[in-house]
Amino acid sequence: MSMKTVFKKTTGLTDNPTHYCPGCTHGIIHRLVGEVLEEMDILEETIGVASVGCSVLSYEYFNCDMTQAAHGRAPAVATGVKRVLPDRFVFTYQGDGDLASIGISEVIHAAARGEKITVIFVNNAIYGMTGGQMAPTTLIGQKTATTPFGRDESIQGLPIKVCEMLSTLDGAAYIERVSAHDVQHIQKAKRAIRRAFETQKKGLGFSMVEILSTCPTNWGLDPYESLEWIKDNMIPAYPLGVYKNKEGAE
Amino acid sequence: MGKVLMKGNEVIAEAAVQAGCKYFFGYPITPQSELVAYMARRLPEVGGLFLQAESEIAAINMVYGAAGTGVRVMTSSSSPGFSLKQEGISYLVGSELPAVVVNIVRGGPGLGNIQPAQSDYFQVTKGGGHGDYNIPVLAPASLQEIVELTNEAFDIADRYRTPVILMGDGMLGQMMEPVEFGERTHSELPEKNWATTGTRGDGPRRIITSLELNAQSLETRNAALQKKFARIKENEVRYETYQTDDADYIMVAFGTVARITMNAISKARQEGIKVGLIRPISLWPFPEKPFLETRDVVKGYISVEMSAGQMVEDVRLAVNGHAEVDFYGRTGGVVPTQEEIYQKILSVAGGSRYEHENSF
Ligand SMILES: Cc1ncc(C[n+]2csc(CCOP(=O)(O)OP(=O)(O)O)c2C)c(N)n1
Ligand code: SF4
Ligand SMILES: [Mg+2]
Repeated sequence: MSMKTVFKKTTGLTDNPTHYCPGCTHGIIHRLVGEVLEEMDILEETIGVASVGCSVLSYEYFNCDMTQAAHGRAPAVATGVKRVLPDRFVFTYQGDGDLASIGISEVIHAAARGEKITVIFVNNAIYGMTGGQMAPTTLIGQKTATTPFGRDESIQGLPIKVCEMLSTLDGAAYIERVSAHDVQHIQKAKRAIRRAFETQKKGLGFSMVEILSTCPTNWGLDPYESLEWIKDNMIPAYPLGVYKNKEGAE
Repeated sequence: MGKVLMKGNEVIAEAAVQAGCKYFFGYPITPQSELVAYMARRLPEVGGLFLQAESEIAAINMVYGAAGTGVRVMTSSSSPGFSLKQEGISYLVGSELPAVVVNIVRGGPGLGNIQPAQSDYFQVTKGGGHGDYNIPVLAPASLQEIVELTNEAFDIADRYRTPVILMGDGMLGQMMEPVEFGERTHSELPEKNWATTGTRGDGPRRIITSLELNAQSLETRNAALQKKFARIKENEVRYETYQTDDADYIMVAFGTVARITMNAISKARQEGIKVGLIRPISLWPFPEKPFLETRDVVKGYISVEMSAGQMVEDVRLAVNGHAEVDFYGRTGGVVPTQEEIYQKILSVAGGSRYEHENSF
């Protein structure tokens, strides 16, 4: 009797068990990126750049050459790699503290220069790794370790909408915001990641996919509630959709 | 190839290109801007790339990315910008990536000014960023020496997988001298089989990281780094001595200050005062040998610096109480004159005679 393989793990990921908390969608996003790299058959042509955050060990999981960047500097590191190896694929995998706070300058300038890299931007509205402090993306009213009474516009200001901001730059070729909170959206997220890498392949410019992601541990919610929280609270603040598609515009 | 008249900053750039450096990431700052401008013009000619980064932080991290692919890469800055590079330099050390970082030092602290200084000595020789580390630092005193040391800086970087600092002061960067770019010496260097270039069917994937979550593992990694630093200390010490054989007093100076000091020494010698010079060329590893050889013979040492007294601490460590150690320094971008240094020599070495002459 022969058995039919109905599902197998992507070769885009290594066999190392991930360290993410139960219900954390970092793992799902890893799989999507791994699948896209496998399906495009570019694993051997790719150099990934891990950032500082819960995904710092992503270099243990992505099954390609990897380098680990200082907090916020992944787009600069990726620039260095891509400028030497313009025919390879280069991506960064960054959290919202890493990208939107300490590293906002690097990502803006990488986009402005039209660096032909792909940024995987995981927005969970919090600093996961350091224990749940406010991120630039933390929602108004959201309680964190450093906004114990909820984020207050008059004190901490308003959240940064990265896709909206970067899409104003001419060097940005593909910008989309997606979510990892249910199957349908996860499939959409994968298509977005594929389009971002295709954009890089065509040499059109900078590409980024922002994925709304959970952090049950620091949100103080269970995995199911966390998925609901994305739908009910994050999506209204961070509308999903394609913010820039240079190719589509042509 | 004959001699050409060039500015110090341009010599660094040209020497780097001739050493095979094809990638440069930098941010403008006086007094090293000619270096950046030269690279912007020159690198495209050799099929390389010059990229002006948005900040020194971005520049050093671009260097990190490029270095990880195995190419020769450089960045340059001056003091305030060099401070900004420290986190990145620490990462280069931790991930064992070769690169050359130039610091054309200016007056500080803070914004300071754009005049020549050596007040980043502590920062370059004692680590500079976080963690336990040292970086080879080369300090040329002439434009011709820049040519040699820039080439060596790249070799040392590749040989030990480490960043190397080329340190000069604003004077060296701005002065013009005739230089000759001779045939480069090619050393045997290890293969860069660690580079992340995409696996392309050539074996298992590679990872560049400085992260080591387990304390024991990180200690092991540190032990390996310390071993490497010990090897560098053993093999990469560079210095020059001048008229130390019969000297009663030895001056210690590096970079352009060493040249001014040599003139002061000539004047003192004419007056019958026996002074010599130790000129450290590698600031780290600091040359201890010429001190061990002389410290029981001479009466004392005088460290002359464009700082409030930084290298003098290494001189004291090398002399270790065997002789007097004196210091003369100017700060804030003021360059010590030959006459000032000569007067300092008189006040220390010619003490009694000096007072005698003045008492008439
Ligand atoms: C220069 C520097 N500053 C601060 C830190 C501490 N730090 C580590 S991760 C992190 C925040 C990460 O948050 P985010 O990027 O949102 O990633 P997440 O953990 O949420 O996935 C901070 C502040 C650091 N490692 N380096
Ligand atoms: S702390 Fe949050 S972001 Fe980090 S692994 Fe756990 S759930 Fe995920
Ligand atoms: Mg986060």
